[in-house]
Amino acid sequence: MRNVLLPRSLSELWDHLRAGSGAAVYAGGTDLLVKMRGGLVIPSLLICLERIEELKGVSEDLGAIRIGAGTTHAELLAHPVIRAHLPVLASALGTLGSPPIRNMGTIGGNICTASPAGDTLPPLHVLNAEVELLTKSGVRRMSVKDFITGPGKTCLQEEEILSAVWIGKPEGHNVHHFEKVGQRNALACAIASFAALLRISAEGIVEKASMAWGSVAPTILTCPEAEKTLVGERISLKRLREAAAIVRNTVRPISDVRADADYRRNVSGNLLLRLMEVQTPDDCARLNQLPA
Amino acid sequence: MKITFVLNGQEMQIDAPPDRKVVDLLREDLGLTGTKEGCGAGECGACTILVDGESRLSCLMLAVQLEGRRIKTIEGLSDAENGALHPVQEAFIEYGAVQCGFCTPGMVLSAVHLLEKNPHPTRDKIRQGLGGNLCRCTGYVKIVDAVEAAARKVERDIPKPVKDGAL
Repeated sequence: MRNVLLPRSLSELWDHLRAGSGAAVYAGGTDLLVKMRGGLVIPSLLICLERIEELKGVSEDLGAIRIGAGTTHAELLAHPVIRAHLPVLASALGTLGSPPIRNMGTIGGNICTASPAGDTLPPLHVLNAEVELLTKSGVRRMSVKDFITGPGKTCLQEEEILSAVWIGKPEGHNVHHFEKVGQRNALACAIASFAALLRISAEGIVEKASMAWGSVAPTILTCPEAEKTLVGERISLKRLREAAAIVRNTVRPISDVRADADYRRNVSGNLLLRLMEVQTPDDCARLNQLPA
Repeated sequence: MKITFVLNGQEMQIDAPPDRKVVDLLREDLGLTGTKEGCGAGECGACTILVDGESRLSCLMLAVQLEGRRIKTIEGLSDAENGALHPVQEAFIEYGAVQCGFCTPGMVLSAVHLLEKNPHPTRDKIRQGLGGNLCRCTGYVKIVDAVEAAARKVERDIPKPVKDGAL
C-alpha cells in the first residue's frame, strides 16, 4: 500500500512536498495513474492536488488571463473568458480526450505531462503562454516553450509545482484555428495537430502569423520560416503550398502505433493548407465546433 | 484509512487503502459490479461513474479521492422510493440499445450526465457526449436513438410550471 495525500491548501501541500520523498504529484490522474498501471513510474507517495482551491479558476488582470493549473478542461471549455478570448485553446480542449477525461484532467497536468501530442500545447505556444511555478518560498515564470524540454521532460524542480498559466489576450487576430488529426474523432491521441493565430486584412493580406504543430517533433514545433513565407503576402494556395513544403522539411516525426513518420510529415504540411478555408472568425467557428 | 462519502444516496464510511482504485473498491469491496473495468486506462468509459454529478472514470481515481463526494453508480440510478428505472434506462430497453451489455452502465451514466447539461441535444451532441464510451459490439445507432428518446421522455416527465407559478 502506498499513501495518497489530499492536501486542502497550498500550505498543507508544502508540509508534504519534500525533496527526496519520492512523491509524485497529480491532479486529474488521467496520465499518472495510467503510467503507474503500466509500471512506468513507481512513486512511493502520491499527492493529489484536486482539492486545492487556490489552484483553480480563471481570472483576468488587465490584458492578461490567469488560469489556475488545477482548472479542469471541462471548466475551461465552459468558461466565457476562454471562449471569448482564447478560441484557439477552446477548440483544442474540445478535441481533448472525452467528456469524463475533460472532467478530470487539468491544464496544468496537460503541460506537466509534456507529451509531444498534448492537445493544449500548440495553442499555448501560439498564444505565447507562460507557466507560473511555485515553491514554498518563491515563484518564477517562464514561457511554456522553455518549460517543456523534451517528451515528458520539463524544468519543474523538486518541491515545485506548476500553479498557473498566464496568457496575454491576443489582439487583432481574426483567425484562431486548431485542427487535430487522429485515428478517430473522440479519445484520439494526436497523430499531428496544428494551431494558428493569424491576422488577415480585408484585402486578404496576412499581417501576422503564429503557428505551431504537435506530435511531429520531440516538443511542439514552431516554424518561423513558414510564418515569414506567409506574412506580408496575399493568402493563396500557392503561398500556403510553399510554406507547407518548408514545414515538411522542418518536422522531425517518429513512426509509432498511430502513424508512420512519412504520414506525419505530409499531414503537417497539409494541415497548413486548411488556412484557405479559415480566413474569417465565422469560418473558424464553423470548422472548430465546440462540444456542449 | 477511513473514507466518508455518499454512495447512491447513502452516507457511508469505509476503511480502505488510500491507493485502492475506486473501480476495485466498488466492485470487489462493495459488491457493486455494475461498474465495469474495460481498459483500465481511461480509453473505454466502461467504468464511468458520477462524482458530484459529473462523469468520471473510476479506474483513474483512488479511494482517498472519494472523501466527501456524492457518488452515483448504475445501481443507484433508479428511483430510490419505488425502484422505477431512470428514463435513460427505460429508453435503452425500449430501443434495444444493448448488445453484450458491457458498455451499457457507462453509456447510461454518460447519457444521464449529458442530458443534465444539455436536455435537448442534437444527434451530433449526443455522439460527442458519449464520445468517451466505446461499444465493441458497435451498436451505436440504437444507443443514440435511445438517448434521443430519453431526452423526449425526460421532457415529458417534468411537470411544466403554469402561469401562476404552481405546478
